[in-house]
Amino acid sequence: MIEAFYELFLSRYNYWMAIILMLIGLYALIAKQNLVKKLIGLNIFQTAIFLFYISFAEVQGGTAPIYLPEGVDALYVNPLPHVLILTAIVVGVSVTAVGLSLIVRIYEEYGVIDEDDLMQVVRGR
Amino acid sequence: MIDHLPVLLIAVPILSALLILLAGWYDRRFCYPISLITILLQFGAAIAILLEVMREGTIRYHLGGWAPPLGIELVIDSFNGFILAVILFLSAATVVYARRSVEKEIDPEKRISFYVLFQLLVTGLVGMTITGDIFNLYVFLEISSIATYTLIASARRPRSYVASFNYLVLGSIAAGFILLGIGNLYVATGTLNMADLALLLPASYGLATVHTAFLFLLIGFSIKVAFFPLHLWLPDAYTEAPSAVTVLISTVMAKVSVYALFRIVFTVFTTAYVIDTFAVTGFILFIATVAIIAGAVLAIAQNDLKRMLAYSSISQIGYIMFALGVANQLALEGGLLHILGHAVMKGCLFMVAGLIIYRMGTSQLSDLKGVAKTMPISCAAFALAGASMIGIPPTIGFMSKYYLVLGAFEAGQWIYAAVLLVGSLLAAGYIWRFIEIAYFGDHHSEDRRPAPAREGPVSMLVPMVALALLCLFLGVFVEVVMEAVRPAAMLLLGGA
Amino acid sequence: MRENVVIRTVSRLAVPFIQVFALYVIVHGALGAGGGFQGGVAFASSFILMIVAFGLASVRKRLSNKWIVVYSVLGITIYAGIGLLCLFMGGNYLEYGVIEAILGIPHLHGYLLDAVEIGIGITVMAVMTSILCDMADKGGESS
Repeated sequence: MIEAFYELFLSRYNYWMAIILMLIGLYALIAKQNLVKKLIGLNIFQTAIFLFYISFAEVQGGTAPIYLPEGVDALYVNPLPHVLILTAIVVGVSVTAVGLSLIVRIYEEYGVIDEDDLMQVVRGR
Repeated sequence: MIDHLPVLLIAVPILSALLILLAGWYDRRFCYPISLITILLQFGAAIAILLEVMREGTIRYHLGGWAPPLGIELVIDSFNGFILAVILFLSAATVVYARRSVEKEIDPEKRISFYVLFQLLVTGLVGMTITGDIFNLYVFLEISSIATYTLIASARRPRSYVASFNYLVLGSIAAGFILLGIGNLYVATGTLNMADLALLLPASYGLATVHTAFLFLLIGFSIKVAFFPLHLWLPDAYTEAPSAVTVLISTVMAKVSVYALFRIVFTVFTTAYVIDTFAVTGFILFIATVAIIAGAVLAIAQNDLKRMLAYSSISQIGYIMFALGVANQLALEGGLLHILGHAVMKGCLFMVAGLIIYRMGTSQLSDLKGVAKTMPISCAAFALAGASMIGIPPTIGFMSKYYLVLGAFEAGQWIYAAVLLVGSLLAAGYIWRFIEIAYFGDHHSEDRRPAPAREGPVSMLVPMVALALLCLFLGVFVEVVMEAVRPAAMLLLGGA
Repeated sequence: MRENVVIRTVSRLAVPFIQVFALYVIVHGALGAGGGFQGGVAFASSFILMIVAFGLASVRKRLSNKWIVVYSVLGITIYAGIGLLCLFMGGNYLEYGVIEAILGIPHLHGYLLDAVEIGIGITVMAVMTSILCDMADKGGESS
């Protein structure tokens, strides 16, 4: 009984945390009315994916993937997902920048950044 | 230098985009010639690569000299080469078309950024087509998506900001899912190279990780492709974008997303997984038929010409996903032929819409009564491309639907083949609606306009007429095209 | 915020240290944690601190629009240029070993890697600063 609990939850806690964060981000993206809050939800969603990647790069007993004086003999954490996430963070920053610029433009044009009011104003014009 | 063509196809356009930025700062008139020359050079290189692949076989290029699976490689095989030639041909036609359209629709200060982003979008799509590494695919997908969000928002209409924001949110969710799928694949196999994944995955077909990866990748790319229930960003994005941008994204971006989906489903997860282990093709086939019918019905109900063509795109994507759902040789040949045919047809139709907006300032169908009398060439091109969209022989639309129906018959899916024919009838519904209004409409709304519209400028007419005539010629000389399509379909199904 | 003495003084003291740290992060990308993108963003954050503490005009005086465009083009040109240089010398794109074999300078492989990282850092710095400048300057011209 306790072993099943351990197997399902405790030994895989990193995946559970990533999934819960992803769902929080998706909830904010879908349910919040304010456009800036939607963008924050998108950021949380992307960060959860990055955490998922980094968490499975872990090697038990490994140290940070920077060359120690021993060279390649020491046990290092897998560096490939770290490099992939660097690229993905750049992509996330660019998308956030474009999204915020669009929100600034929408506000300058329509005067509202709330989604319901925005739909009304867009249909009214 | 001929060996290095794959990487030059990506590196040179990036440098040329920077050159457009610098040259545009000095004088705005330099932007367009640099852009035109670069895309024409890219198109020439794509034809050279396609001929080389048809002669020699797959081209593999190792970036940085590192051998795969450690290094990133660029792979061009018969499927890739075909798609590359199609998208660069359409990009070249769009650049020739774009000059007068951009002059009318984009503010002068934004024009430099417009051409830079245009070039970066084409570069991102080319990179997405020729890469052999799955994470590289994600990076280029995001490059082209970010360029698309900004290009859609550069129109003078305020609604384009809202349309672009919607597309940004949905596109980023799709990219997030794709990234998750790639992560799951990496956990299961330990490699990111597509050919290596195809070798290492069969050992893990039963794992839940692989099922999860497949589902995430399928949903992510379906959002990008605008497959039926996930299509909600498409009508607004296509309608509110500037005309040249709509031509580019409806033809090129949609096709490259479809290419990426086919690549993942057929090359990484081979047919052994999709048909035998996970058995999702039947479901995709059903949703594809719903997409065909729903897209066409929604298109008939529209009042705006561009929005009608956008819903028609959703219907035609359903045809291509139909080929994925049936997944035999004839249906895949039909699907690939439809990729080429739809790009040419839809490009021509959106170019007509752009010309109408250029001359008449509106695209509402109720304002376009009798427009064939003042713009005869445009409406004739619309009629020819529309006939190809319906599937009247001997145009290319008929040829692709013919192969799809043959493939459905061979797989024993009689009902779905009937749905294809119903889809053609519905396409006739919305194409005929415009033709009736244009050719047989009355003139009593004419007095609202100050001056009668003339035919469009030559630089916009030439690509449009060329594409319309291609709809006919590609259908008549379809055997020449099939020489490139047949090995591509065989490759997808696991052949030579 | 311009009137607050504490913010102005601390920013004036902190900006050079932030910039030196950013350069350290860029150059140490090959051997340790760091790299072009991270260092570029850190360098841009020094400019962002100046925008917040001293106002947009102070940064515009130091980094005008023209120089932002020049820097962003320069960085990627360094990157693509080194890649194409490897191409012309006979190897594949970005294959540094070819240049090292031809010129015979030891460890040139590592130096070219650092040069590429510096190029990326310059571009990222220029683009990040340009994004913040445009957002802080509503209605101004965009590049």
